[in-house]
Order: sequence, then structure tokens, then C-alpha cells
Amino acid sequence: MIDFCGLSLRHRVINASGCFDALAGARVFGERLFDEFPFSAYVSKTITLAPREGNPPPRLSESAAGLINSIGLPNRGLRAYLDDDLPALARLTVPLITNVMGSTAEEIGELVAALEDRAQVRAIELNVSCPNVATGLDIGADPKGLEALLVHVRPLSSKPLIVKLTPNTADVAECAAGAEAGGADAVSLINTLRAVARSPDGGGPWLGGGSGGLSGPAIRAIALAQVSAVARRVAIPVVGMGGVGCGRDARELIDVGATLVAVGTECFRDPAAGARIERELEAALTQYAG
Amino acid sequence: MTAPFGRRIRTLLSRRVVGRYVVLGTTDDLAVAAPGQFYMLAAAQRWGGGEGERPFLGRAVSVMRIGEGGLVEFLLEDVGPGTKRLCELTVGEGLLLVGPFGRGFSAPAERDTLLVGGGIGIAPLVAVQEAWGGHALLGFRDAEHAAGAEFFSEPTIARDDGSIGHHGAVTELLDRELAARPGPVYACGPPAMLAAVNERARRHAVPSELALEAPMACGFGACYGCVVATTAGYRRVCLDGPVFDGAVLG
Repeated sequence: MIDFCGLSLRHRVINASGCFDALAGARVFGERLFDEFPFSAYVSKTITLAPREGNPPPRLSESAAGLINSIGLPNRGLRAYLDDDLPALARLTVPLITNVMGSTAEEIGELVAALEDRAQVRAIELNVSCPNVATGLDIGADPKGLEALLVHVRPLSSKPLIVKLTPNTADVAECAAGAEAGGADAVSLINTLRAVARSPDGGGPWLGGGSGGLSGPAIRAIALAQVSAVARRVAIPVVGMGGVGCGRDARELIDVGATLVAVGTECFRDPAAGARIERELEAALTQYAG
Repeated sequence: MTAPFGRRIRTLLSRRVVGRYVVLGTTDDLAVAAPGQFYMLAAAQRWGGGEGERPFLGRAVSVMRIGEGGLVEFLLEDVGPGTKRLCELTVGEGLLLVGPFGRGFSAPAERDTLLVGGGIGIAPLVAVQEAWGGHALLGFRDAEHAAGAEFFSEPTIARDDGSIGHHGAVTELLDRELAARPGPVYACGPPAMLAAVNERARRHAVPSELALEAPMACGFGACYGCVVATTAGYRRVCLDGPVFDGAVLG
């Protein structure tokens, strides 16, 4: 078993938020999904206070060894998550980590507080890649601002708080240090890198949301650099992700200091990718130890 | 009926060129698709490294034929790096598949369904006609595409270039048919054709079911990339479709 912020996990591989939907998956693959669940914890899609429709299509653009998405965090809002999704997610056979996002510390605080008395939610991941309406920068892009956010939110929850760092910043390690100083229990990275796609016929921006985020093998080397920098800087556990497609990719993130590895875009190509990567990682770690 | 969990590798058993199209055949030993459902397909080798260092993701391809012994056939047209690679597959090569996914066409109560297809959109209608019958009205750009008519029993054809069949849009054929004997319409094709079909169905007060195409990353509801605007807001084409009641599409 792997200890992660007090949670006992069966192995080191979890899903990246927004890249695996357990409830849609159960509709498509049946209840068996929960018996064969490919991850040692389930990270929800981002939940916001109010429902969001998400961005207008097109929302996807395949790029060189990767994917640019501009989904826009569609979700039915906190109320529906608490009333409908949590009861449905009681079928999970692994710990539930709920990912939340707000545009201010107060909004994030409200989300965190609302999850506090739900024993089913074992940890909370804070998506701090929401643009600050005043500056246009991600709210997590400024180390001092991120520390202040954690100072506000930390007293509202006894659950482990994981900060999903934004890679769209001058110094991600400094941001991680800010999160740690504010009371975060762990950090996870990297989120998608800001990217745009042009219409194939030369007709302007392709994505309905204007810009999007790049993921997939194209960002793996960047993820490795950022995870490495963060792991050297902070003492709290690090969840590494970014373009992981096989056990060797996962092992490299662990080698540079990640405690857990999250699989994102690869899940789109194979819903069972998490299980395969976990098996490959196990073999790679054994080989390494030997 | 749920889909098997995880991506599987199958061997390509048949490949046939029909005009502009390539028909790929394999067997799925774990699931039987319904007309209108689709799989995510990728080549087991050399998937990537094409134009623009693509493809990367699988390609959503609807099932054209569902046969005995798990036989499943797909209709492909080379329109980009993913479909190009799939069209180049040779018999014996590995085909990666996930699925079958999505909500297909409803089993019709009567057999006089009108099946309106355009271009590559004819594929799911082949499966519909083989399962439940129906009169196919097909629209094609030119002779190379019109070769796809061979998959249907007694189709009526419209061609943009007027060389065979009705000279003009397939919706003109639909107008004629609906005026003579109104009945349910099942359609798949380019967005403009589907909008025109839906408008005709509405005008004649007949039910319509439209199979939509959308770029998608996963096919099983995880990515939220393939949404379409409906009267109830955005819906995932992969999960709530690809076949939608015409009434919910604006």
C-alpha cells in the first residue's frame, strides 16, 4: 500500500482530473468498471459552485503527439454534485478525491467547506488554473497569492488539500512553495499548457473557447522538468502527470520525486490505460530496485 | 448492452476498395454493435508520425455491417492523417478498437423508414437497412463517391454532378417521398444535409433520427469534447448520441 497524505492507496497510479468520468464510464462499460477500476483513487472532474455549460464547440484539436482541449469545465454545480453524484459515486471501490475550482478565495472556501462533512470525499484537489478576473493570470500563477488562498481555505477543512498547480507561470516551484507555506498537504502537476489552434482552412481560431490547454506526449518532457523542480523545492508529496503513456514514463516521474502518477490524455485512447501503466510501472520499479 | 472495458487489438481480416472508400473488416469476439453505434479505431503500428505528427487519438467510425461470428465492417474515406492511416491498413495488420459505443437508431415499428445518407454518412444506414429494411435515398458528390450505393438494396440516388440518378440534392428526393408517403426518417451525412432533412421531417410532421459526427478524443463520455447543442443544452455525441431525435436538435 502507498501512503498518500494519510490515504492508503493500492498503487501509485491515479487519473488526472477531467480525463476519466466514473459515472459516464459505468453507463458505457457497466458496473464491472468499479470491480476493475484502473486507478488507486478517483479524481473527479472539476466542480464549481454554479453549473457551467462549458465552452462552445469545437472543443478539441489534435496536435503533434498531443491534444489541445477547450472544454470549459462543464459541470452541474456543487448542489448537483452533492445530491446526485456523491450518492452515485458510493459504488467506487477506491478513495474519492474531489476537484474544485472557484475564481476567488471565498468561492473556493465555500466549495471546500461544503465537502467537509462528506466522509465519502477523502481529499480535495484545488484547481487554481482559473483566470483571475482582474489580472487575467491564473489564480495559482502567483506564489504569494496562492499562499494567501491556502491560508484562507486551510482552516475550513480537515481533509488533505492537494493543489493542482498551473504550469502557466514563471516559476512553478515557487508557486509550490507558496502552496506548502499556506498549508497544502500535496501538490499535483502539470495541468495543461496554454495553447491555441488555428482553423485548418485558415479561417481564424479553431476552438470555440478561443484558447485551450495542451496535453499528451508532447508535454511529457516539460512535466518531467516541472515535477523535478517542484519535488526538490517542497517537502509535501507530489502527484506527477503530463503525457504519461506507459510504465517507463510513470517511473521517470517517480524517479524525479513524484509519490503518485496521474494518467490523463492516455485514458482517452484506452479507458483501461491506468491498469496497464500500473502493471508496467510495477515491473519497472522492481527492475530498478533489483 | 455495455461495451467491453479497455482497448483491444484485432487483426484486419478484409480490405476492399469501393470508389473513394475503403471497407475494413474484422471480428469483435466480445460485443455485438447495434446499427448507429461506433468504435474508436487506431492502427496498432505507425499510429503517429503522419502529416503534422499525427494521428494521436483514435478515430470514431460507425459500424457499417454487423455479421455472423462477430464480423464487423467499417467504411473509411481518407480525409486526414487518421483516416489515411486506417485506409492504408493491410490484411493481417493490427487494428486497435474500443467500443462499441453510443446510442444507435431505434428499431423502427414499420419497415417503410426513409434512410437518407450523404457521402461517408451512408455507413450506419447500411447497418440499419440490413437489420430493419427501409428505402435508401443517397446523395453523392461524384461517381467515385456514388460507388457507395452498392452497399444498399434498391437505393435512389442523387448526384451533385447529375451524371447518374437525380441531378441535385438528396433532400429533393426526400421531399418527393414524404409528399407521396410520409414516414419516419433516419439520416446521416454532412451537417447541412442533416439540417435540411430535419427541416423536411418537421414540415411533414414525421419523426426523424439523425446520426451526428463530431471529433472526439475518447468515445465514452470522459473528455466532453464532442458536444452538440440540443434543446436541453450541450450533450455529448458519444454518450447521448451519436443518434439523436431530430426534435432535440435546434
